[in-house]
This record gives sequence, structure tokens and C-alpha cells, in this order.
Amino acid sequence: MIDELIDRMLKGDKRAAARLITLVENDEEKAREIVKKIHPHTGNAYIVGITGPPGAGKSTLLDKLIRVAREEGKVVGVIAIDPTSPFTGGALLGDRIRMQRHSTDPGVFIRSMATRGSLGGLAKATNDAIKVLDAYGCDVIFVETVGVGQIEVDIVKTADTVVLVTIPGLGDDIQAIKAGLMEIADVFVINKADREGADATYFELNLMLDLEKERWEKRGWRPPIVETVATTMKGMRELWDAINEHRKFLEESGELDKKRRFRAEEEVKTIVSDRVARIVGKMLSDEEVSSLIDKIVEREIDPYSAADEILEKALGVKA
Amino acid sequence: MKILRVVAMIERSKVRVLIAKPGLDGHDRGAKVIARALRDAGFEVIYTGIRQTPEQIVESVIQEDVDVLGISILSGAHMVLIPKILKLLEEKGIKPNEDILVLAGGIIPPDDAEQLEKMGVAKVFGPGSPISEIIKFIDDNVPKLKKFRKE
Repeated sequence: MIDELIDRMLKGDKRAAARLITLVENDEEKAREIVKKIHPHTGNAYIVGITGPPGAGKSTLLDKLIRVAREEGKVVGVIAIDPTSPFTGGALLGDRIRMQRHSTDPGVFIRSMATRGSLGGLAKATNDAIKVLDAYGCDVIFVETVGVGQIEVDIVKTADTVVLVTIPGLGDDIQAIKAGLMEIADVFVINKADREGADATYFELNLMLDLEKERWEKRGWRPPIVETVATTMKGMRELWDAINEHRKFLEESGELDKKRRFRAEEEVKTIVSDRVARIVGKMLSDEEVSSLIDKIVEREIDPYSAADEILEKALGVKA
Repeated sequence: MKILRVVAMIERSKVRVLIAKPGLDGHDRGAKVIARALRDAGFEVIYTGIRQTPEQIVESVIQEDVDVLGISILSGAHMVLIPKILKLLEEKGIKPNEDILVLAGGIIPPDDAEQLEKMGVAKVFGPGSPISEIIKFIDDNVPKLKKFRKE
């Protein structure tokens, strides 16, 4: 079944691509099989992350970015992520509302995903879903994160270019110099720039970048700040140009290869640690290991020594 | 020894539901209430907003690979729009009750409801339908879809 789906997907069948995304989301074993088979067909898409606080206008901005990219004839993929309820496991995915005009465009594929327990701003299967869209033939894939606060920075491990969308009036200059989210942007966007306070926000971001001069001089890229009003298209072409300029910088400096290598490393690390966690989880249910837990409670052994024993058993090495 | 009966249940969070509002009426309170209630019941719900064309709805069904399509219409155009959606689904090779459950809600008279159910709508839920009934219908019928039978 999977081979047939992959064949159809590689020939451009949207339904097959959509079903493959469902499979990588729902079924870990099938995800493995699918990724093994499509991996050789990936690596062509350029991945742009769109992140920022809830209500900043990420979906609307994306709607307009799709339009600009389509004018250049690019095949566009979109993965839009919204949160899963920690209480019920349900989700309401509403990012599509802003982009529905592109639904019937054969050169656009939009998929909504729920976080399903993942906390870094992306869904657990985001990277695998990106691979499906990449193999399907997308030239550019936009990944819209959930509305983020300060530390949901997983997108930096996924995207080639990270666009951070902010709006006027969200906080003072101290917010701009805090660690976390503000550090990951390759391009800053001040959306809703027709609102009061846009100039102040621009000034604060600029000041923050000045303070970080050393860092971006070393990297060779100072993140530009683009002011947009997505609803009226103002600044949208400038934003697209800024994204492409960053891409050009990455390609010419060799940073893109480094980034992709880093990403591969992160990905394989996650897979390995997930599997180790599963092995250890399974071991904890066997008697010998669970008696270790009792010993910790009875103060016969300390947790670190118990962990040493478990890991040695699981991996056959001292960790 | 107690014999456990294993009931074929599908995790609700793996069931994807698209709530769609075709046509020109802007009365989306009902659609939003249903979307929210299904979310609270644990489903993954995709809401696409008002004034959708049948083409947009069917494309969303494909790209989102949903298992349930809930159509909300209060404009009176249900006998035009719903058959059109069903026809487009068929054209794309998506068979109602095999690949997808199509549910309809809104102001739909009983005679029309009967006809729609003959055409492929799994169930029409009129005003006043308890949410629990809709949820039970999805729970009972989604496992019969081809996608879940195979798994």
C-alpha cells in the first residue's frame, strides 16, 4: 500500500501525498518505512519558517507570501500548526481560513497539523510531513508555527530561513533583548505596521540588532526588518525579497550546507534518544529493573547509580 | 478468568473532521459551536471559515485527508450545494461512506434530508440535535471507513 501511495505521490497525486502525511503523523512504524523510501527524493525544497505570537498575522502574511511565490511560478507547500488541547487531545485548526483562496490552485498544497503534545512550537511529525511535501515536488515549503511566546524555538532546527513576525505595542525594549525567540530570526517582520507604535518597535529591534553587532558580523548576515501590512499587501514583495536574499547568502556562504548537516544531526539525535527512551521505558516494566526503583525508595541505592545500571543493561556501555 | 471484550475504537485525536460552510450565508455560529464541541470531545477539527465554494471544500478534504466532512448550511441552498460537493468528491475518487463520512447540519427540511441521505450524506442533523448524538454517530461510523478497516 505504501509503495503505491509513494508512486502516486511522486507523480504529483495530491490525495496520495495527503494520505502519506496522515500516515507519518499517526503511525510511527509506517513513518519509518515512508521516510526510508522518500528520503532520496527530498532536498529540493527551500523551507521557510514563519513564527511569532498569536494574532500577529502569521496566516494572513502567509496567504500573501503564497501569492507572491505563485507569481514566480513556484510550487508551494504549507504546513500550518495549531495547538492540541492538553486536556482532551482535540484541536481546532483554523490557519486555513486565511489561505483558502489558494485551496483550488493546483500548485499549492496546504496542510493543517496539530501539535499533539509537542511543546516547541511545531508538531511532532512536522519534519516528516515536510519530507513528503518536498518529495511531492514543492519548491518552497512554508511552515507556520503555533503562536509562540519566548522559548518555542524548534523552528530553527527545521527551517532554512526563519521569519519572526511581531506587531507594534507588544512590549518594551527589554523584551527585545531577552534570550530565546528574538535570537532565532533571520528576517524580522513588523506586521500591522500601520498601527501606532510601529516606529518605536522598529527602533527597538534595530537597537537590539546593533547591540548584537558582533554576532551577526561573524555570521555575515544582519537580519533585516521589514514593515508590512499583510491585509493590503504593503511590504509583502520586500519580505519575499528579504527571504530570497537570505537564501542567497546561505547558499553563497556555504551556510546552507552547514545548516542542513546540523539539521540531519539533530534529527538523528532525536530519533536515537526517542528509541533509547522507549527501550528504557520497556525495561522499567521488567522485574529486575523495577526492583531497582524499590531500592531507591528504600535508600539502598541512589538514583544516579540506578540509572548507570539501567543504561549499562540497555546499551551495553557506560553512559 | 474474565474475558475482556476488545471494542474497535479509534483514538479520536486521530480522526480529522472538516467543518465547512458553503455558499453565501454568513451564519457561522452553529458551525463554530460544533467545531468547538468536537474539539472538546477530542477530535482534530479543521475549520475553513464562511463562503466556501464546493471546489474549495473538496480540495480541503483532499489536502487535509479528513475522515468526516461536516457541512453547515442555513441559506436554503442545500439541495444545490450538497449534491455538488458529493459529485465533486466522487469525481476525485472519494466515496461517501467508504472514504469519508459526510454530515450535514442547518435548516434542512425532513424531505430534503431523506433525499440527501439517499445521495450519500451519512446523516443530516437538524436544529436541536444534541452534540452527544453527533459525537456518537462519528464514533460509531468512522471505524467502518476503508482507511480504518485496513489499519
